[in-house]
Formats: sequence, structure tokens, C-alpha cells
Amino acid sequence: MSIVQEIKTINDVKVVVLEGEVDTKTASSVTDAILPLIESGSKIILDMTGVAYMSSAGIRVLKVVHQKTVAQESKLVLVGLSEDIEDTMSITGFLNFFVTTKTLEEGLEALAS
Amino acid sequence: MPIERSDIHPTHKYGDFKMRCGKPFPFGTTLVPGGVNFSIFSSQATSCTLVLFQKHAKEPMAEIPFPDEFRIGNVYCMVVFDLESENIEYGYRMDGPNNFAQGHCFDKTKILLDPYAKMIGGRDIWGITPDWQDIYQHRARITFDDFDWENDTMLEIAPEDQIIYEMHVRSFTRDPSSGLKENYRGTFAGIREKIPYLKELGINAVELMPIYEFDEFENSRPNPETGETLLNYWGYSTVGFFAPKGGYAATGKFGMQVDELKALVKELHKNGMEVILDVVFNHTAEGNEKGPTISYRGIDNKTYYMLTPEGYYFNFSGTGNTLNCNNPVVRGMVLDCLRYWAAEYHIDGFRFDLAAILGRAPNGTPLANPPLLESLAFDPILAKCKLIAEAWDAGGLYQVGSFPAYGRWAEWNGKYRDTLRKFLKGESNVGEVAQRLQGSPDLYAPSGRVPATSINFITCHDGFTLMDLVSYNDKHNEANGENNNDGGNDNDSWNCGWEGQSDNPEIKALRHRQIKNAIAMLMVSQGVPMILMGDEGGRTKQGNNNTYCHDNKLNWLDWSLFKTNADLVKFVQNCIAFRKAHPVLRNPNHFQNRDYVGSGYPDISWHGTRAWYVDWSSSHTIAFLLCGKHAKQGQVEDNYIYVAMNMHWESKWFEIPGLPPDRKWHVFANTGAEPPEDSWVPGKEPSLENQAGLLLRDRSVVILVG
Repeated sequence: MSIVQEIKTINDVKVVVLEGEVDTKTASSVTDAILPLIESGSKIILDMTGVAYMSSAGIRVLKVVHQKTVAQESKLVLVGLSEDIEDTMSITGFLNFFVTTKTLEEGLEALAS
Repeated sequence: MPIERSDIHPTHKYGDFKMRCGKPFPFGTTLVPGGVNFSIFSSQATSCTLVLFQKHAKEPMAEIPFPDEFRIGNVYCMVVFDLESENIEYGYRMDGPNNFAQGHCFDKTKILLDPYAKMIGGRDIWGITPDWQDIYQHRARITFDDFDWENDTMLEIAPEDQIIYEMHVRSFTRDPSSGLKENYRGTFAGIREKIPYLKELGINAVELMPIYEFDEFENSRPNPETGETLLNYWGYSTVGFFAPKGGYAATGKFGMQVDELKALVKELHKNGMEVILDVVFNHTAEGNEKGPTISYRGIDNKTYYMLTPEGYYFNFSGTGNTLNCNNPVVRGMVLDCLRYWAAEYHIDGFRFDLAAILGRAPNGTPLANPPLLESLAFDPILAKCKLIAEAWDAGGLYQVGSFPAYGRWAEWNGKYRDTLRKFLKGESNVGEVAQRLQGSPDLYAPSGRVPATSINFITCHDGFTLMDLVSYNDKHNEANGENNNDGGNDNDSWNCGWEGQSDNPEIKALRHRQIKNAIAMLMVSQGVPMILMGDEGGRTKQGNNNTYCHDNKLNWLDWSLFKTNADLVKFVQNCIAFRKAHPVLRNPNHFQNRDYVGSGYPDISWHGTRAWYVDWSSSHTIAFLLCGKHAKQGQVEDNYIYVAMNMHWESKWFEIPGLPPDRKWHVFANTGAEPPEDSWVPGKEPSLENQAGLLLRDRSVVILVG
């Protein structure tokens, strides 16, 4: 089951929009969609405004994506994390690996600089 | 290009599930390519079945018997493929003999918890009444072990440099006065939010009361006075030794307690604080013959428990059963468990509850050379961990000073507590006090054990808080519903003239002064100081000295106290800072009572109201001088420190020993002075007016630095 609603490009940034829950069932759809997009110097936004819930496996999927961006010297921004998800990621120590913004506009701005 | 392993495909089928023979190590569950490896030991089972549930489901989704070819010796091991490991719960059914007198309690109608379960569901949120109809109450789950520690590692603070803060996870931030968001209160995440407070206080080691999965509903019953439910609040009753308590995690409802606790440890380390876990290997939550069968009883009762020849449970813990720690298999489990916490959670040390039990043989006899204690002392993974023993048990084995140490173990020094409490009342002998202040060489030096062996404390979770120690002569535990029969009677407390709360300003002032006396003496003693959470703010439990069952304000820390009693907090902060600033207070070896660096002063000298002379028959006045040139056996230079103690009800003039001509005495602390002049920030201490002597008011302590 895929929760990748759409993938679009804005300027030089690839925006992946997710909708639904990120857990063991949907994890591979996320990595299948995003990992191929990560190349040297690329800029990626993961729009999570439509994500209501992330399980432990779901958070780890983000970490795997983050790791590839580090390896490829590319940049990643998470947009629109709900308060619950942001809390959970902070409490479990995952949040500080990521750059996060509330809106897509702010995310694009963060990558432009 | 890595070559794929050739042993990652199933060889067996059972219904919809595919399996293959697993590996016996490690015990418990391990994620392997394509599946999960399950491994469990039982020496007496005749058959074993793996029971799988969808998370939270009432009925199992599958019961897979272990084929005989999946058993190696007494270990059943199997890999099950294609499991959604984060969404399932698992357990075991075991069949075997059921013969009470021979110690066998197999019951295949029960689903048993894996002793090596790394996460346990069933009490995911604290205090939610369980479904008592659930056939499997405490449910093992499978965890991820890929937490990113970055560069974190154990801090390895030198034992003599530790300053320990004993804390209960829920009590620390549960109260609304903590100011935290509701879902953070009473959790690991809550502690993390309060790290700035701990850092400002200055402690460098947090000792957490039991954090592995326990059942707060064990023995739950209504409070006879208020009707509220009394719970197993403190948690000294283990359900699973390898799993952090879900109800202590803000993310417990999502099953993320493992990551949450690791994130807490990582952040504490970043802020210079070690983590010590209170571990309870002396008994389990299964109780005695009448207790519930959760795990061990149904898996291998005779191996895991100390049994009498008739098959009853030995009760050296006072709680119903006693874990058979010196049985080689159980010893292996204890070692595996501690290694797991050290390696996977970067835990810096362990405090062993009722540790005398760890030195008993399977039939209860105290051993001279207990294999478990020896194994722990020499284990390679635990080599740099602190090992602290509560060196007694409930069966009469009191081993303070004689606990089998193998050069590694430290002890909760109950004699320090008793001596200092009596001294605060003016009832101790100063010779005994002198021993305690020096790191108790009388107890430890003859066997070659260093001062850091002695964990010095005046209060801990057992017994009165420091405020209550100076506010009550007697315990008041009526709220526990046991007619005030529970809790210790030998509190050595003194209420300063009134039993309980008082608005009398003189009594309040005396109580604050006594608290500062206790903290001051603790912080200048050789050995390792430990303070109880909240004592720095004058926390009270209304005179209840055994609040093990209260999930309410009796236990919850009231953060407003830190404002109300800001004078106490400041004093404690300054004393901690003073200790950290002066290595002469933290010697790795005992004093030699002589001058071995040629300074003209012995490393330590004793004084009374007259300098260089002690009336050793006194119960009230004593002083000591530390020569700064002898700090850390003369390895570093420090100031000279003089501590005078007057526990008499009248003021006394103390003649102060002279310093070398190039030095002058400054006053770091005088508990007899009005705050804020009762203590100073180290380095900013004012000069002492009369260098030859000073008047100590009744029941006060003065600390000079020069």
C-alpha cells in the first residue's frame, strides 16, 4: 500500500507529498519513492502535512532517508509535522537529526539559502 | 558486493507461517534477515509452543509448536519469517511435570512471558485498569535496536567524584507544579525536560528507582481512609528484567519506550550526568505459591527460584519468593541482563536492591565466594560500571563492611546514615562520626577497600525525607492501610520540638538549619554522597516513612517547594559546587593521618573546641582540618578546608587551627548564619574576621576554606 500521494518539482527541489499513516505496511512505499530521488547535491522536501500517525518503524524510515541524504551530501526538510508526531520524534531522540518547517513555503525558503 | 547468507530461507511450514531452526544465542528475540529468531531456555519442559498475537488482540493468531529438531539441549530456538515485528506480541506455552514438592509448576493453559522480553505490553499507560479477563497480561514484544547514539558512551566519572541523586521517575514530574505538558508528566521524557534543573543543582549521577516493567496493579487495594487505589508505586517487583516500563514513557502508548529511555540517557550524558539503575534481582512479581504465574514459574520454577526441600518458596526478600541467583543459568540471565543495559542503553552503573541475596546459595546459605558476585565484578562489559550493593536482605543477612566485594563493589553505608542521624540529635559518639566522615576506614580499609566504597547517605526512598527527619519523632503511615505497622521504627529522627507541620518560626528555622547541617556534613565527607530527590527543597511526605503504594501528592515532587524553600536549594547547590571545586574532599584512597608531602600538616587532623585537641568522649563537638597539599594523595594542590560541627544545644567557641602564613581562612558555609549568608558561591567566600576562632551557634556546622 502506498502513501505517496504525489511527487513534484518546485524550482530545483523535489517535493514528496505523503498522505496517511507511516508504519510497517507503508514504509517500503516511502523508501521506494524517495531513495531513488536522492543524488549528490539534491534538495528534497518530505511534505508530511497529511500524515496523521507514524509508528516506530515509520520514524525509522525517515532516519534511513536522512542517512542517504547525508551520504549523498544532499539536503532534506520535513514539512508540516503534526504536534503529536513532532513530540514523539523529539521524545525518542529522532527529531534533532532533521530540519523541519511548518509550511511548504518555509521549507522551500530553508533549502534556497 | 556482500554475498547473501545461505541460511535465510524457511525450511518448515506451519499453517501460514514459515520457519527454520534458529540459533540459541542470544536468548530472547533477535531480528535476523527475513524474520525473527526466538530462543528460550527450559530444563524441565517436555514441549514448547510459540504463541503469536496481533498487538492488543484478545486471542492468539497462531500457536506454533517447536519441532523437536528445533531444540538444542534445553533451549528451544526458531526463526519465524515475514512477521510484522512491530505489530505482534508473543508468548510461550510449556508443558512438563506438575509436582509441587519437586518444584515443578508447568501449566500449559498459561501463556508465559519470555524472561528476555525487551519490551512488554499490557501496562502501556500508567494506571489504566487492566482487563482482568485477558489471558495474557504482560505481553512480550519485539524491539528495534538501532538507536543512533552518535558519539555517546558511558561517562566513567571516577567513583569518588560522583554526586548521586536518587529519583523516582513518576514522582519527579507527575505533579502539575512541574509545569510540563500533561503527556510528559511522570515519564522519562519529563526527566529530560528537567535536565536544566538537575544541571543547575550540580549533581552528576541520577539513580533511578526500578525502571523495568513492573505491574503497578500488583496488590492494588483501596486506601481505607480515602478510598483511592493504592498501587505498587515504587516498583520493587519485576515482571521483566530486560524491558523498560511502558507506563513510564510518554510514548509508551506507541510502544516507543525503548527509544525514549535511550534518548534520556543520551541527553543526561551530554549534560555530564551518569545514569545508575536500581535493579531488583532478589525476587520477581510472581510472589509465593499463591502469586500469579507470569513467566518463570511456568518456564522452570526449580531453576529460577530458591525452594525449600518441600517445594515452598524461600522468602529472603520479604516479598514472597527469592530469585535463585547463584544457580548457573540464573546467574547467566543476570549477567546477560546487566550487559544488555550497559551495552544497549549505555547505563553507567547499577544499584542492587537487597544485594545480600545475591550471595546466597540455592538453599539459602550465605556463600563466602558467591559465583554471581564474582562474575559481575570481573565481567568485561561491566568492567567500568559502578556496582553498588544495598548490602543487607530481609532474611537477617547484614553485610555492610563485609559484602563480598572483589575490589569493585560499593555499598550503601547504612552505618553512615545511622551515625549522622544520631549526631544531628546530639546522640552519637564523635569518634564514630569521625570514621564516617572519612569514608569509614574502620569498615573498609582493613580489606583494602577505598573510600568510594562507601555510598554516604542520610536519606533515601526508604524512610523519612530529610524534612520529615527533622519534623517527626515517629512514623505516620496510616495512609498505607496497615495500621501504621509497616515501615521502619528506628528512624533516629527528631522533630525539633513539635510533631509535624508547624508555623512556629523558631521551629521552622531550626528544621532548616538541621537540614543544612545534614547536607553540609554529607558533602564534605570522603566517600560518595547520595541525596534523595526533593530534599534540596525540603520535600515532605507528611511523616510517612514508607510511601511505596501512593500514586498521589505524598510521592509526587512539588516543584513550588523550590521557591518556598529557595534558601535550602541555594545552600545545597553551593555545597555541591564546593565539593566539585575541592578534590581534597574526594580522595581515591584513605587518609594516612600523617604528613607525607612535607607541608607541615597531616593529610587530616582532628580538633574539638580547642585546636589540635579532641575530646573523643563528646557527643556534640568535633572538627577536622584537611591539608590541601595532600589532595588526591598529593597529586593535586587544593585549599585547606576546616569543618567544625556543634550538635550541642548551646553555642560553642571553636579555636581554629592556624594556616600557613601565606593563607587566610574564608567562610564557605555557616548554617548558623541567616540566609543568604549561610553559604557562598565557591570562589567568592568572604574572609573570616577573627582568624583564631569563631562562635558556632547551637546545632550548626561551619566550613572554612583557606
